[in-house]
Amino acid sequence: MEMKKPAIKSIPYEEFKDNETLESLLAEVNKERTNVLIGNLDDLINWGRSNSLWSLTFATSCCGIEFMAVGAARYDFARFGFEVTRNSPRQADLIMCAGTITHKMAPVLKRLYDQMAEPKYVVAVGGCAISGGPFKGSYHVLNGIDKIIPVDVYVPGCPPRPEAMLYGMMQLQRKVKAEKFLGGKNIHRKRSDAPKDPIIVTNVPAGDENKNEK
Amino acid sequence: MEVNFIDIKDFRETMLAHRRKGMDFLRELIGMDWQDDGLGAIYMLENSSTHENIEVAVRTLDRERPQLPSVSDIWMVAELYEREVYDFYGIEFTGHHDLRRLYLRNDWVGFPLRKDYDASEELNPVRMESEPVEEFQREYDIQDDREMAEIVEKLKILHYDQYVVNIGPQHPATHGVLHFHLSLEGEEVRKVDIRCGYIHRGIEKLCESRTYPQILPFTDRLDYLSAHQNRHALCMCIENAMEIGVSDRVQYIRTIMDELQRIDSHLLMYSCMAMDMGAITGFIYGFREREKILDIMEEVTGGRLIQNYYVIGGVQADITPGFAKKVKEYCNDQKIRIKEYYDLFVNNVIFRNRSIGVGVLSREDAISFGATGGTGRASGWACDVRKRHPYAMYGKVDFKEIVHTGGDCYTRLIVRLEEILESIGIIEQLIDNIPEGDYKTKTKPIIKLPEGRFSASVEGSRGEFGVFIESRGDKMPYRLKFRPTGLPLLAAAHKIMKGCKIADLITIGASLDYVIPDIDR
Amino acid sequence: MIDFNSVTTAIDRFLNSVLPHQAATLVECLIIAVCAIVAYLTFAIVMIYMERKVCAAFQCRVGPDRVGKWGLLQVFSDVFKMLTKEIIELCSSDKILYTLAPFLVIMSSIITFSCLPFDNGLQVLDFNIGIFFIMAASSFGILGILLGGWSSNNKFSMIGAMRSGGQMISYELSMGLSVLTLVVLSGTMQISDLVEEQTKGWFIFRGHIPAFIAFIIYIISGNAETNRAPFDLPEAESELTAGFHTEYSGMGFGLFYVAEFMNMFIIAGIATTIFLGGWAPFTIPGADAFNSAMFMIPGFVWFLGKTFFVIWLLMWIRWTFPRLRIDQVLVLEWKYMVPIGLLNLLIMTICVVMGWTF
Repeated sequence: MEMKKPAIKSIPYEEFKDNETLESLLAEVNKERTNVLIGNLDDLINWGRSNSLWSLTFATSCCGIEFMAVGAARYDFARFGFEVTRNSPRQADLIMCAGTITHKMAPVLKRLYDQMAEPKYVVAVGGCAISGGPFKGSYHVLNGIDKIIPVDVYVPGCPPRPEAMLYGMMQLQRKVKAEKFLGGKNIHRKRSDAPKDPIIVTNVPAGDENKNEK
Repeated sequence: MEVNFIDIKDFRETMLAHRRKGMDFLRELIGMDWQDDGLGAIYMLENSSTHENIEVAVRTLDRERPQLPSVSDIWMVAELYEREVYDFYGIEFTGHHDLRRLYLRNDWVGFPLRKDYDASEELNPVRMESEPVEEFQREYDIQDDREMAEIVEKLKILHYDQYVVNIGPQHPATHGVLHFHLSLEGEEVRKVDIRCGYIHRGIEKLCESRTYPQILPFTDRLDYLSAHQNRHALCMCIENAMEIGVSDRVQYIRTIMDELQRIDSHLLMYSCMAMDMGAITGFIYGFREREKILDIMEEVTGGRLIQNYYVIGGVQADITPGFAKKVKEYCNDQKIRIKEYYDLFVNNVIFRNRSIGVGVLSREDAISFGATGGTGRASGWACDVRKRHPYAMYGKVDFKEIVHTGGDCYTRLIVRLEEILESIGIIEQLIDNIPEGDYKTKTKPIIKLPEGRFSASVEGSRGEFGVFIESRGDKMPYRLKFRPTGLPLLAAAHKIMKGCKIADLITIGASLDYVIPDIDR
Repeated sequence: MIDFNSVTTAIDRFLNSVLPHQAATLVECLIIAVCAIVAYLTFAIVMIYMERKVCAAFQCRVGPDRVGKWGLLQVFSDVFKMLTKEIIELCSSDKILYTLAPFLVIMSSIITFSCLPFDNGLQVLDFNIGIFFIMAASSFGILGILLGGWSSNNKFSMIGAMRSGGQMISYELSMGLSVLTLVVLSGTMQISDLVEEQTKGWFIFRGHIPAFIAFIIYIISGNAETNRAPFDLPEAESELTAGFHTEYSGMGFGLFYVAEFMNMFIIAGIATTIFLGGWAPFTIPGADAFNSAMFMIPGFVWFLGKTFFVIWLLMWIRWTFPRLRIDQVLVLEWKYMVPIGLLNLLIMTICVVMGWTF
C-alpha cells in the first residue's frame, strides 16, 4: 500500500510551498511495499500524531511572546490539535525553538531535546534559531540550532507572524503524515543515532509569512 | 556629558562622600576599555530627591590584573553591575564578596568587551558539556603586606546536602531563560543564586562594529516589550549629540507610540502574572486587548512585536489616516476592559491572599537597588523619568505619577494597571492635536557623532532605560552601553526572594516583571 | 421508569441455566468488567472533549475544531499519539514502583467509578456500607501519586507528590465529614437506599441549610481531591513544570491524565448521588402530573444530566480561579473547613433528632 499525499483540512495541497521536499520524503517512504493492514494502521497513527502535536514551553526571547500570542484567544492553536503546551519535555512532542540560542544555552537545549520521548520534532522559529539572525557574528550566539539538533521545519521572520507559525506547524503536520511507524525504518531509530538521521525540510522560502495571511 | 576622573587612591572616600551628600541612586556602572589609557569604570549617580546628576570615573593602567575598589557595600545594585564589568573586562573589584562571572560560562576564555579580545572559535567553541558549577563565592581581599588583592574563597554558594532545586533555565515561570538555583527547606526557599546569561547575545560588543543606523534594530530586541521606548532613547541620544532637531509632529507620534507600547507591556505583565498564578483565563483576557494595540501598531509600523519604527531624525513612516480614530476607539474600549481584569483576577480573594504582603521591597532598598519603573513606584519611590527629566511631549502633558507605598506584589500589579489608565490619559490629550509637519528630518547619509560622551534615558515599560555612547568621532561608537531595566530588578529579587515559599518566588518574579533578553543583552 | 434490577436478574438466571454456577459468575464478572471499562473510557473521552470546549468558551477561544466535525475526533488522535509515544526508562528510578504508580491511580479510579449508581439497579456493587466503600476506594489513588512522584527520582516530582500527599489526605477529612452529614440525614450507607429515599425529594432540599453547607464543603474538597485548580498544587504547571508526573511520558502520563478527568466525574457522580438525588427525578410534592412526567425520563439521563452539571461547575471554578499556596491550602482545610464541617454535622444531627427536615 502506498502512502498518499498528506492533506490538511480546508487548505489545498497546491497552496503549500515546498511540496517537492515532501514528495521526495514520500517517495523514500514508499520504496518498501507494505501490506494494507499495516499501511492503514500507519495512516491512523500518523493521523493521530499529526493532529496532536503538543509543544514544549520553550522560548528564549522575542519569538516566545509571539508564540504566546499564537496560543491566546485570537490565533488559538488549540483549534488544530496543538491543544496544550507541556512544560515537561517528557510529555512534549515538539520544541518550538523560539528565540536566540547562545553558547550557554546550547547544552541546555540539547539536553531538553534528548529528554523528549520519540517521536520528537523541532521547529526553528525566527531568524535567530535558524541562523543567528541579527546576532550572527556575535561571540556568544549559536548560528542556527541545526548545528546541535535536527530541525524539521524552519519558520523565518523576526519574529515570525503568528500566521507564519501556524503555517510552520501545518507543514510539520504534513511531514508527520509522511512517516512510517510500523512498516518503516523509524522504528529502528535509536536515541543515540537520532541526530544523524534527520529529515530536514529546507528551502522554506522567505516571505512565507506574507503569502500565508489568508 | 562631563566625567570627573578620580584617582584610584581617593576613590572610596570620594564615593562615600557622594553617598553622604545624598547621591543614593547608582544609575549606571559602565565598564570601559580606553586601550592605552587603561581599563576603568564610569559611575553615574543621582540624588533621588533633587534629581541632581553626577558622573565620575576611575581607571587603572594595569591590564594584566586590573583592580578597582568595590562600591557594592555603598549601593547594593553595584554587586551585580560589578560582576558584569568583571565578566566583560576582567576588572577585579576588591572588597566585592562574590565576584563570579555573571553572563558567560565559568570556563569562558578571555574578556569579550576588551578591545584586544581574541574572538577566535578555537578559544571558545560551542561547548556541549554542562557548565562546571562554581561552588564557592570568590572574594578579592587586600592583605596587609601586599598591594595586590588575592582571591579568598569564602562561603559555599549552596550546600549540596541541602535540597537543591533548579528553576530554569527552561521553566515556564521564569519568563525566558533565567536560572534560579535554590536551596529549599520543605517549601521554603533558604538561599537563592540567580544565574543569567542564557540569552546573552553580546549586543554591546556587536554595536562597536556597526554604524549608528545599524545599531537601531538591536534596541528593539533588548526589551521587546518596550521596543519603542528603547529606540526612543537611542535616537534621542544620537539626535542630541548631532544637534538634529525633530519636528513637533515626530515628538507627538513618538509620545503616543511610547504610551501604546507601555500599555502593551503592562497588559502582558498582567497576563503573565495571571498565568503564573494559575489563572489561565486571566492570561487570555489580557492578550485579547493586547492584540488590538498590536493591530494599531501593525498598521502604522508594519510590525507586530518588533516595529523598527523610530529612526534618527524622526520616524520611519507617517501615521496612517485612520490612526487617531482607531486609537481613540481602542482607548475607550480598554477603559471598560480594565474593570474586567479587576473582577476576574485582581479582586479575587485567592490572588489577594497570595500577593498582599508578599515580597515587600522597602523604599530605601528600591533606591539602593536602582529598581526603577513600576517596581520602584510601588515601593513609594517617585522615579519616573518622564517626570524627573521630561523629554518628548511629557513636559507638556498633564499626567499623574502613580506612586504607592505597599511595596508588595499586589501593589506592583496595581501600579501597572493604574498606569495603563494614565497612559490612556496621555494619549487622549495628544491624539487630537498632532501638528502637521515632517515626519522625518533629513540627516546626512553617513552619521558620525562628534567626539565625546553622550547619554540619554527614557522611561521604558519597566523602568529607566538609558543609553551611553562614547564616541571618537567615528561612524561607529567606541563604546555603547545600554542601562538594562531588568538587572536592578533581578538584584532586588535576589534579596526579597529569600525566605519565601516556592509559590511566592513565582509571584515575585511575575510582579517584578523583568524581561530576560533585556537583562542579558 | 425502568428497574434495571429485573434486567440483571434475568441475565443472571439465563447464565445460570446454561452454565455451571462458578462459570456463570466468572462470565458475569467479565461482562461487568468490560462494561465498566468501556463506560469509563467513553466518559473519559467525553470529559476531555468537554473540558476543552468549556475552557475555550471561557477564554473567548474556539477550541479544537479541525479534527473531525467540531473537533470531535480530537481526543482520539491524542489517544493514538500517546499510545505510540516512547516510554522513557529512567536509569535512576525505582522501576517497579515507577511502572506501578499510574496503574494504582487508574485502578482506584475505575473501582470507584463502577460503584456509581447510574440508574435503578444499574450498579456493580450494592451493599450496606456502599458510600463508605466508595470513599475508601477513591482515597487509595493518592498512593499512586505519592509513589509516582517519589519513584521518578526527580526533585520537582518529589515536591509535587509531597504536596499532593498533604493536600489529599487533609481534604479527605472534610469530604468524609460532609458525606457523613448526609448519612446522618438519610440514616443509611447503602447507595440504592440512599437514592431510593431521594425519589421523595433530593437531600439538598430536604436537608436545607446544613445539607447545602455540606454540599459546598463537598465541592471544595472534591476539587482538592482531584488536584484541579485552584488546588492543582501537585501539578502546579508554573512552579513545578508538571509536578508528580514530570517524568512520565506516553501512556504513563496518559493514565494520570485520564484518571484526573475521571476523578472529576466520580466526584460529581458522588455529589449527584448523595446531594442531588442520583437517578431520582426532580419532583415537587403535590404536583402529581408534573411528577409522573418527570418519572417518564429515564434514570440514567437524570444521573448524567446532574453529574455533568456538577462537572460544569467544577470546570467553571477551574478556569476562573488562581492557584492557592500550600500553606493557604492547609489553613483553609484545618482552620475553616474541618471546624465548619464538624459544626455542620452537629447541626444536622440536631435537625434530624428534632425532625426539622423535610
